[in-house]
Amino acid sequence: MHYDLSPLLLTFKLALFTTVILLCIGVPFAWWLANTRIRIKPAVEALVAMPLVLPPSVLGFYLLLAFSPEHWFGAWLDRAVGLRLAFSFEGLVLASVIFSFPFMVHPIQAAFQNLPASLKEAAYVLGKSRWQTFMRVLLPNIKPALLSGTVLAFAHTVGEFGVVLMIGGNLPNETRVASIAIYDEVESLNYAAANFYAGILFLLSFAILLLVYITNRRIFK
Amino acid sequence: MIQASITKQLQGAHGAFTLHADFQLEQGEFVALYGPSGVGKTTLLRCLAGLEQAEQGSIKADNQVWLDCQARINLPTQQRRVGYMFQDYALFPNMTVRGNLEFALRKGANRHRVEELLEIMALGGLQHSKPATLSGGQKQRVALARTLASEPQLLLLDEPLSALDLETRSRLQDEILRLQQHFGITTVMVSHDVGEVYKLAKRVLVMEAGRVVQQGTPSEMFSQGQTSGKFRVTGEVLALEQMDVMFALTVLVGNQIVRVVAMSDEATALSPGDRVMLVSKAFNPMVIKLD
Repeated sequence: MHYDLSPLLLTFKLALFTTVILLCIGVPFAWWLANTRIRIKPAVEALVAMPLVLPPSVLGFYLLLAFSPEHWFGAWLDRAVGLRLAFSFEGLVLASVIFSFPFMVHPIQAAFQNLPASLKEAAYVLGKSRWQTFMRVLLPNIKPALLSGTVLAFAHTVGEFGVVLMIGGNLPNETRVASIAIYDEVESLNYAAANFYAGILFLLSFAILLLVYITNRRIFK
Repeated sequence: MIQASITKQLQGAHGAFTLHADFQLEQGEFVALYGPSGVGKTTLLRCLAGLEQAEQGSIKADNQVWLDCQARINLPTQQRRVGYMFQDYALFPNMTVRGNLEFALRKGANRHRVEELLEIMALGGLQHSKPATLSGGQKQRVALARTLASEPQLLLLDEPLSALDLETRSRLQDEILRLQQHFGITTVMVSHDVGEVYKLAKRVLVMEAGRVVQQGTPSEMFSQGQTSGKFRVTGEVLALEQMDVMFALTVLVGNQIVRVVAMSDEATALSPGDRVMLVSKAFNPMVIKLD
């Protein structure tokens, strides 16, 4: 029997894009959050952690409203860069970035906070700039957290369902990721196909996590 | 020569107090900051390094201004050319011993300095090890070597040996002294170990509640100048036992346990944990050499 592989490929493409973007913005943001003393820090932290507690449909619903061409944000995006985020792959990437943000930021922020202050100070005393210190001393010493953040964000994006359903719908090759495909196949009583997608997700998730734990044990003991 | 005169508000265990220090360091001098914990010794060291900022005052090193609060000058740590040895050593866990030393080289520094330091500190065999695999004494040596690799004008040691056992401690004291003389670096060491201060420093600043209350050579500060007919040691009461009309008092002096007798009127005022001073006449003490 032949199954359509595109939902799986789309899922991993989405997770890959999301993870790369999250690495680029999540690491500096976690660094800032670990060091900032601004008064509204608790509010910022609460906002970052919101996706952990909100039902995905709530976030999806508001994003859908914001992305719609009727809304000023959606209209502005359409006019300015010709980007339509509702029911598109780009929209899914943006939503996943928001939704997986705490999974990337939390471990990295915690790791930065746990580094002894003397490491940073020692590098400064040795004449190293903030940038050199960050790249050569601080980042290399939080490798395990970078790995967990990356893997958690990736895995969480692969597993996301509610937000994707709300703002992406079910368009083949555009927004029909594996978790949606499973739901769709079950709806049409096509259990064999659902089982195929579900099984692959199950095994891949296990394989990724296993790899992380093995690497963590070997390298970062 | 380094001239410092700084003021900073500090929070101590017994409320707020003001750190106010005014002193000069001659080129190549080894000075100790001595005093109980929480009197601002480490803060003073951190202000010299630029890791903390004083609220008022100035610091000048030779002809370079490091700090001038009135003129709003505060040279960043990176440009002060100080070496700072942290109590926890702060070795970079991601780098090998050699990597730590190489990282410390300033721009344009001779790479040969790393080889030289590895050799004089006898770290050649450990150069490819990561800090996590080293013993406390080895870490301390790497930290000292790394500090020296950056060619500091001023060496700041924050209780450099406090985490080590007595034997290692004594060996490393010799090492510090040798290196300090070899490189001729002006050095300030924070310590609350009289023996260490006596052995290493040429001058002691005794600090209390944020101020330098006394200064002089270690022998002036600690041995009351002249040969004494008395022993005076301080220690902590560990136990009190009544024996007939007397009491047996167990006191911890340094690392040694001393048992002495006490009269009951002395003993009733004491309880375990109290700090006491033991005074005894010693006109002709016996001195027995140990090997």
